[in-house]
Amino acid sequence: MSAQREKDQKPSAGFLNSVLAVARKDLAAELRSPELLLAMLVFALLAIFIFNFALDLEPALRSRVTSGVLWTTFAFSGTLGLNRSMAVEKENGCLDGLLLAPVDRAAIYFGKAISNLLFLLLLEVVVIPVYSLLYGINLFNPGLLLVVLLGSVGYIAVGTLLSGMAVQARTRDVLLPILQFPIILPMLIASIKASDGFLTGVGLEDAVPWIILLIIYDVIFLAIALMVFDYVVEE
Amino acid sequence: MESKPISLMILDIVSILLLAVSTYLALVFAPLEAAMGAVQRVFYFHVATAWVGMLGFIAAGITGIVYLATKDLKWDIIEVAAVEISLVFFLITIVLGSIWARPVWNTWWTWDPRLTTAAIIELYYLAYFMLRQGIEEPGRRANFGAVYALLGAPTIPLTFMAIRLFRTIHPVVVGSESAEAQGGFNMTADMRTAFFFALFAFTVIFIDLLWNRIRLGNLQQKLEQLKLNILE
Repeated sequence: MSAQREKDQKPSAGFLNSVLAVARKDLAAELRSPELLLAMLVFALLAIFIFNFALDLEPALRSRVTSGVLWTTFAFSGTLGLNRSMAVEKENGCLDGLLLAPVDRAAIYFGKAISNLLFLLLLEVVVIPVYSLLYGINLFNPGLLLVVLLGSVGYIAVGTLLSGMAVQARTRDVLLPILQFPIILPMLIASIKASDGFLTGVGLEDAVPWIILLIIYDVIFLAIALMVFDYVVEE
Repeated sequence: MESKPISLMILDIVSILLLAVSTYLALVFAPLEAAMGAVQRVFYFHVATAWVGMLGFIAAGITGIVYLATKDLKWDIIEVAAVEISLVFFLITIVLGSIWARPVWNTWWTWDPRLTTAAIIELYYLAYFMLRQGIEEPGRRANFGAVYALLGAPTIPLTFMAIRLFRTIHPVVVGSESAEAQGGFNMTADMRTAFFFALFAFTVIFIDLLWNRIRLGNLQQKLEQLKLNILE
């Protein structure tokens, strides 16, 4: 109801401005002391090293498990970033400030989602070349990059919403992955399978249904998150 | 304290009778299946409990939406009741399925779409309760519960679709049969009687349990209110 009132006050050009303002705020804070991104990166690199020994990644096996290792790494280090990004808002009373601001709640959601997406993409931009280098697998495949982008959008659409809920619960830090993983499972399966299709060179026919599934997933969950974000942050 | 309504007590008794008759139909009345033998009798309750789990899942999604639209806490109570019943019945489905699968598929578990999806629903429900557990304030707890119940509605079919793109060996007894399925069979007339009676009986049991659980939820709410009154 308050969102409706705010919508009436703000013209639509203001909507985009407030989305960008929220995202810019996060990026500026991160630029000043890059603790969130750094934590995600270090965690991701450690995960890749652990996978190396856990799965004994010899050359023959590598190509078959690469997409699984990559997506597991992204999913786990992603929750780290999402948790942190919302916890910072909560700790310093930032969230209350944001909610008091005369902007549409959807703008706050989109702003947070955009900054979260940028952090995740930055992580992926570092991890993918490092993985290529360490294991001698060429991952610079436009198809794979498309899958990474689509998967990340779905991941963040759900994760931003759920981190808003998790941060308000007593068990905040442990709760997010538990809430998120059942919901992102279809997106993870589709991403892993689609990446597999491109990496093993079987090609498009195999990857297309998975990419369609990813697009459907992204659209559905962006729409739902947009509709219900109001209920997550309301007092 | 208000006593249990008479109609609910009647429904309790009807449920118990229906369960007894359904057990008789499944274990004695229905003919022995030729290839699988006695273990096939698990099928009647396996499908019926899965059906109840599905009813609860759908009810939870719908009441979640209605709660968010009306903000009436009674819908939240119904949602929790539906999720709880669904959680228990899916667990029964999985256990019964495993008992059947051991001799027929020669394994307790396989990563088939239906099995995996049922297991994911269980995990999703556990996450649902962990989320609710962590929040004190009733209004916010109801909000979050409804949002999470709503998120499950598209997730579960999408998960099923995603896993289905792999091959499946789960038999489809009602409807069309896929070529790779193992352990399928055709139902005789008596089997069909037992099967549809089990579905009917468990639907009534579902309604009965839901009603009881909603009543319990209302009492819990009243108790919380009374406690608050004393503190003031």
